[in-house]
Amino acid sequence: MAYLVNNVGEVAALLWQHLQMTLTTLAIAVLIAIPIALLIMRFRWLSIPVMGLLGIFYTIPSLALIIFLVPVFGLNATSVIVAMVIYTQVILVRNLTVGLSGIDPAVLEAARGMGMSWWQRWWWVQVPLVLPVFIAGVRIAAIVAIAIATIGAKFNAGGLGKLLFDGIQTNRIDKIWAGSITVALLAFVINGSLLWIEQRSRPTAQKS
Amino acid sequence: MGNILFEQTTLKFPGMPRPAVNQVTCEVASGELVVILGPSGCGKTTLLKMVNRLYEPTSGRISIDGQDIKRLKPTALRQQIGYVIQQSGLFPHMTVAENVGVVPKLLKWPKARIQARVEALLDLVKLPPAEYCDRYPAQLSGGQQQRVGIARALAGDPDYMLMDEPFGAIDAITRSALQGEILRLQQQLQKTILFVSHDVDEALRLGDRIIVMNAGRIVQFDTPFNLLTQPASPFVHELLGADDMVRQLGLLPVNAAMMQLPDHYQNGNKPVVNAVDNLRDALSLILKTGAPELSVVKDGEPVGLLTLEHIRNCAVEANR
Repeated sequence: MAYLVNNVGEVAALLWQHLQMTLTTLAIAVLIAIPIALLIMRFRWLSIPVMGLLGIFYTIPSLALIIFLVPVFGLNATSVIVAMVIYTQVILVRNLTVGLSGIDPAVLEAARGMGMSWWQRWWWVQVPLVLPVFIAGVRIAAIVAIAIATIGAKFNAGGLGKLLFDGIQTNRIDKIWAGSITVALLAFVINGSLLWIEQRSRPTAQKS
Repeated sequence: MGNILFEQTTLKFPGMPRPAVNQVTCEVASGELVVILGPSGCGKTTLLKMVNRLYEPTSGRISIDGQDIKRLKPTALRQQIGYVIQQSGLFPHMTVAENVGVVPKLLKWPKARIQARVEALLDLVKLPPAEYCDRYPAQLSGGQQQRVGIARALAGDPDYMLMDEPFGAIDAITRSALQGEILRLQQQLQKTILFVSHDVDEALRLGDRIIVMNAGRIVQFDTPFNLLTQPASPFVHELLGADDMVRQLGLLPVNAAMMQLPDHYQNGNKPVVNAVDNLRDALSLILKTGAPELSVVKDGEPVGLLTLEHIRNCAVEANR
């Protein structure tokens, strides 16, 4: 704790790096997952090969995956972010497809029969209905990303992992404590706020 | 206002042995409520869904008000045709008011006009706006959901309504009440309505005319009474249960069977039926009260007498 208090500036900088990596990952991952999920919804046969492939990626240990990527993207944050994007795809795509196929077909038929265009059906009906499930996916992906970003320090990507690895190397328990407490807090806060948004986005949440 | 015209309309789904709808030609007149009746898989829903272009015919033509629907943009076409489906299909994330306001919003009406329209429609389907506007579909009973579904379909003031087994999943008592509502609304609004049903009694009660379908073809297109008394084939005869005399009586009005009031008439304490009631109701009143004759009234004034014998004569006459 003493380290945390005495080096607020340094810890804050690392926390900021960590947060940046996580948010960049989530932004890119969501932008990739939405078109993939839409393709799977359109061409159902894609579901098994695509989900299978993403599932296989997910089973590769994160350290090994990042090492694979270093020759391509270099020893920096990019490799780590790419790895995290690959990891989170399976979570995001699965939640999106489950959420989208969970929408009552009668509701979609009504939307079409009433004369909504594709675009209106997407924004007025599908997005609001899939939002809670989707945000739940983002929440889980965020936690996974925060965890993997910790390893990023090994690959020169910075972040709170730096405190942990430094601490282990120099046998500084206080650094390790500072690092783990901050990572844990970050995970708690991100999880809590996304959970709050998720509950707010439930269709009938406003009523009670 | 306009009619709906099918000309040689055929739809064959790929991989199916026979067309779902086969060479259908018929005309639904303006302001008419036509029920499409038939067993499951006869193509009745497919026929309905071609009208708002949820399905496209493989050959043939459909026109509304003389205009080939292929020339219209599907979204624009659908916005001028009310659509009610079985499971109501209400948007679960929208309030009742928002659900009803969807088509007006698509038509880009100003907010104040939408709100006024929504309230008028909820009144029309007997859901007081003050109480129901802000509810979500999940907070309504099945019958109330379907009332909202009907209000939603009427929102853009369409000339046409397509109703795909709207009361199929609703309990018998509520269904009967909703059928009554449809008749009341139709008297008031005079829309051109196509109504899919597999329930014979529903079809007989609601339809001005009934299209009987089997295996993708129209078997007979006629008034309920003619279908019962002159079925075109054994299939129609059996489907409608044409032998059921009580069912026939349900379609005959009291004033078709009654006797004119005698000159020196004194209304004792006879049970009373209305001249526009049907003979089925009159018969059950006779059986229930044990009275030998009923007094028939019109606008509160006695106009005739009805006995069991009159009812029997009328039924015999109808089947001659």
